[in-house]
Amino acid sequence: MTRRGLFAAIPLLLATALSGCSRGESASSPRVLNGAGATLPSPLYARWSTEYAKLDPAVRINYQPVGSGAGVRQVTDGVVDFGATDEPLTEAEAARARGAVLHVPMTVGAVAITYNAPERGATSEPIRFPADVIADVFLGVVTRWDDARLRAANPGRPLPAEPITVVHRADGSGTSAAFSGWLSRSSEGWRVKVGTGTTLRFPVGVGVRGNEGVAAYVKQTPFTIGYLEVAHARIAGLPVASIQNRAGAFVAPTNEAIERAVRAAELVPESSAADGGALRETDGEAYPILALSYVVVPRDARDRARGLAVARFLWWAVHEGQRFAKPLDYAELPPALVLRAEGALREMRGEGRVLLPAGT
Amino acid sequence: MAAGVTRSRSSSPSPRLRDEADRVARLSADRLFEGVGALSAAALALVLVGVTVAVVVLARPSLVRFGAGFLLGRTWDPVHEDFGALPFLFGTAVTGFLGLLLAIPVALGVALFQSDLGPPSLRRAVGLVVDLLAAIPSVVYGLWGALVLAPLLRTTIEPALEAHLGGAALFRGPKLGLGLLCAGLVLAIMVMPTIATIAREVLRAVPTELREAGLALGATRWDVVRRIVIPYASEGLLGAVLLGFGRAASETMAVAMVIGSRPEISSSLFSPGYTLASALANEFAHATRPLHVAALAELGLVLFVVSLAFNVLARVLVARAARRGAGTTAGGAAR
Repeated sequence: MTRRGLFAAIPLLLATALSGCSRGESASSPRVLNGAGATLPSPLYARWSTEYAKLDPAVRINYQPVGSGAGVRQVTDGVVDFGATDEPLTEAEAARARGAVLHVPMTVGAVAITYNAPERGATSEPIRFPADVIADVFLGVVTRWDDARLRAANPGRPLPAEPITVVHRADGSGTSAAFSGWLSRSSEGWRVKVGTGTTLRFPVGVGVRGNEGVAAYVKQTPFTIGYLEVAHARIAGLPVASIQNRAGAFVAPTNEAIERAVRAAELVPESSAADGGALRETDGEAYPILALSYVVVPRDARDRARGLAVARFLWWAVHEGQRFAKPLDYAELPPALVLRAEGALREMRGEGRVLLPAGT
Repeated sequence: MAAGVTRSRSSSPSPRLRDEADRVARLSADRLFEGVGALSAAALALVLVGVTVAVVVLARPSLVRFGAGFLLGRTWDPVHEDFGALPFLFGTAVTGFLGLLLAIPVALGVALFQSDLGPPSLRRAVGLVVDLLAAIPSVVYGLWGALVLAPLLRTTIEPALEAHLGGAALFRGPKLGLGLLCAGLVLAIMVMPTIATIAREVLRAVPTELREAGLALGATRWDVVRRIVIPYASEGLLGAVLLGFGRAASETMAVAMVIGSRPEISSSLFSPGYTLASALANEFAHATRPLHVAALAELGLVLFVVSLAFNVLARVLVARAARRGAGTTAGGAAR
């Protein structure tokens, strides 16, 4: 008899589960704004969600780090209120969306080059890499640690006489997008042969999942080189290379060098769609490999109240919200990018009217 | 439930009327239960069809663009939107076969130990260990593979293999730890319980009378196993192996963590490769371009067809073996 009762309960359970799904919209509970997308900035979005709930208890932010691609798909299909991505939409994607979309820059990260090159005579001085040499290492042209060009950049350093093992991300990632974007701007060979994207066809090397995977593999395997989010290199205690910037100086990704880079960064002119909106350092002391993370929102909100809530949350995030970035190893948005974010947010409309009119 | 309630509550004087009410209640409960069951079964079929249709729709741009050439294409370049599935099919086949090659002897040994050879007191214990192995989540196998097995392969096993068997191209090349060999080893451990459990059931379905007849004729236990049990169960055992391959081909996370993720066809087991399932796990969430998504969906479709084929074939073989076991004897040691 109990078993029969159990079976009879199944449709009942199903019914309650289904009705539970639509409960997010009821009047008494807070309005839930759904976001989905990039995993790279997800710790920051999670923090914003809890902090914003304290400020405005009527709104709850629900962010799902499902990946940039899925986030873009869901926002262009109208499934979520905002999507987060590490790569601006291509023209094809923007065309697929119902109506225009806006890019709001949210936060900046940096990509470090890490390595495991046991040398005679331990030194804490980082190995120096000219940009074109990094490109050639990842292209498989430079194959040994004692390559003439690496020796020339590191005079007097006893680099190991061993082949280089390249480690790259296997999963699609904003870190790969930022790294390959920088390589494409630094090396013609890379731009033509590999290009820019979250998932790339690397000519050489071994693919590993996640920043953590890259850190673990480089740490345990001698003569490897890889790239990862700066914070992860620090957590793993891995050495990070000094990279030659556009001014010709070799710069390690210290907090200071990243901040200088972000403060004085200029946006690469958006005429080239391939790396539209990428950052380019201008300062001689600046670290060159930066990753810009965006939120993508539809320009015309279907529901004015919802659109307004999204706009207010994003406005808060690019202003007051920025102070939560640094403790989580993200850089604060530089003034130029805050302006850009403001510009985008002021374009948001609900039922034809602007949501955040100038002067608010 | 309804029938039970009627019986306990009713204190009607007429037993005939009570029986009638009882019968009606039971009938309607049966009807309801039948309906719910049929609905659930239909829902299951509908889900399967729905998923297939959705994947085909998602894969359409790739199906249209590459056609049959998709299966033979050797490049996988999301940036330049050129996609081919051959390296993934290759990696799936190589790691699957390697896993089976290593798992089959052990799994067969374990199954025979439980069905024929082991002392009865130990059989249960061995069964428990096998079930325990099957219950470990695949991420744990992946982590173990990447953090423990891969360094061991790189520093010890791969150099030793190259020193002794380096003549063959299979065991030559840069020693990375991660790669086809590592994935094959991890898969071997993961599919072993699957094969062992099914093989055990198949072996137990061999009628006891046959074993007893063999023993009565003076055969040793080993003779009985070799000449009677295994030949009799061979079809079902093949089914167990095919199910194991299906499991290996569809394994996702553990393989993604240890295979080295390079869509390349290489003659060396040391080199990195890629499988259909692990490519989906790695790339789908971050795929933005429609054609990339479509190509991944088509990889999923290929994987779906491959595992469906293996599963159906395996189940047919296992079911035939079980029927034969049950059909031969009335006293049937069918279980």
